[in-house]
Amino acid sequence: MADKVLMKGNEAIAEAAIIAGCRHYFGYPITPQTEIAAYMAKRMPKIGGTFLQAESEIAAINMVYGVASTGLRVMTSSSSPGISLKGEGLSYLAGADLPSLVVNVQRGGPGLGGIQPSQSDYFQATRGGGHGDFRMIVLAPASVQEMAELTVRGFELADKYRMTAMILADGTMGQMMEPVALDFDVKPVPEKPWATTGTGMKRPHNIVNSLSLVPEELEQLNIARFERYKQIEETETLYEEYMMDDAEIAIAAFGIAARVAKNAIVEARKMGIKVGMIRPITLWPFPKAPFKKAAEHVKQFISVELSMGQMIEDVKLASECRVPVTLCNRVGGMIPSPEQVLESIKEAAKNGGNN
Amino acid sequence: MSTRQLLFSGFGGQGILFAGKFIAYKGLTDEKQVSWLPSYGPEMRGGTASCSVIVSDEPVGSPIVSTPDVLIAMNLPSLDKYENAVAKGGIIIMDSSLIERKVMRDDVTVYAVPATQLASDNGMPTLANMILVGKLLKVLDDFSEESVTAGLKKVISAKRADMLDVNRKAMQIGADY
Repeated sequence: MADKVLMKGNEAIAEAAIIAGCRHYFGYPITPQTEIAAYMAKRMPKIGGTFLQAESEIAAINMVYGVASTGLRVMTSSSSPGISLKGEGLSYLAGADLPSLVVNVQRGGPGLGGIQPSQSDYFQATRGGGHGDFRMIVLAPASVQEMAELTVRGFELADKYRMTAMILADGTMGQMMEPVALDFDVKPVPEKPWATTGTGMKRPHNIVNSLSLVPEELEQLNIARFERYKQIEETETLYEEYMMDDAEIAIAAFGIAARVAKNAIVEARKMGIKVGMIRPITLWPFPKAPFKKAAEHVKQFISVELSMGQMIEDVKLASECRVPVTLCNRVGGMIPSPEQVLESIKEAAKNGGNN
Repeated sequence: MSTRQLLFSGFGGQGILFAGKFIAYKGLTDEKQVSWLPSYGPEMRGGTASCSVIVSDEPVGSPIVSTPDVLIAMNLPSLDKYENAVAKGGIIIMDSSLIERKVMRDDVTVYAVPATQLASDNGMPTLANMILVGKLLKVLDDFSEESVTAGLKKVISAKRADMLDVNRKAMQIGADY
């Protein structure tokens, strides 16, 4: 393994994007993700890439649309309110079947909200992020190493399925430093025969467009897109299980919430409470299988979130409501403490009854 | 040591984040698991700054330090805010040039170092932070020439290599106090 370096999560995303071959970044500063733009501003000119601070988030996502149309790897990043501004562009990217990587380092909302960490854009990310029937692949890193790895993975998945992959991080993940090894293998970029790269008078024009005025045709485009989504659901889910083998209580948590929950699980285990965790790494596609399986042997799920309870709906769907699902949360930029999670675990143990 | 949780706190501009970064880098060169998490906010110079650092033999769970084993307090608001958060039996290292009051608790070990004064007396007015870090390493019995130099080399960019010696000297002053 290569030498590990200490990097902020935001910087790790930026460097990993460059390693993945991204040479075009468009963004607009917003806390807590500005280090991504700062890193790109420093690095891109040195490697023949483009860093452009757009006049707005809306401009930035449309620049992404432009570069993506040519088949090149391209990204933008922002934080919650900025992602809302990009919503229209996300929908157009989906309608035009363009690959892109979009990073959301979430902060507390709604509205302008605050600048401290949050996970309250879960609905927005996993349900599409814009108008119309579409999905984004949503990747939720829980370490700086994963910030880097999932960025590379995001570019690969975006190209493979011609759609947007979103890194859904939060302020903590963006700001914290951890050792990271950047020696990953990057798969070659696939051929993109659909890209608008000039015909050279040798082929018909490629057209990239999200406008489709014939309902019969638009219907078929939607159906075809959902065939692809189905394939992604079957093959691309990622998750981590932690101490689930004998678990009677299962925590569901992603990102920073999963890090906090791990501390609580260690403490609860010392007290003899059989608790484990399922950590979704892809939030869409949601890893339904481990929850369905766990519902056969756990007495309760606890969804630990930095939101008023968003992922909890997917936990209920995936486990088909066979056992109770409770919520352990903080919002508005607050983060649940390990003690708070431990209390929820103890409560569950009392109710569900292994002591 | 299995897991050590440290909290660095002071005014913005005192080198709080840098001190924490050095400890994280030193942990990395000592082949430990580490995390470093700054407070971030709309603060400016002169506002409060703090950072959580965890150095562990195990993978780090939550990077947030709410019950520090070690508190480095570089100003009074920091001591006021975090004194009661320190773990029982923990350590408080504070800049007694800027903090005139005593620590109230009697279940923690306190090291009061007049770091700002020492830094100014030794012609290194910006290095009170590293004087306290020197004291910290001495107290933890973790002060070795090699690992200090290795950590400093990581945290000080090549462009500022001339700062290496004075940082090392500052830490020695803290260790010897």
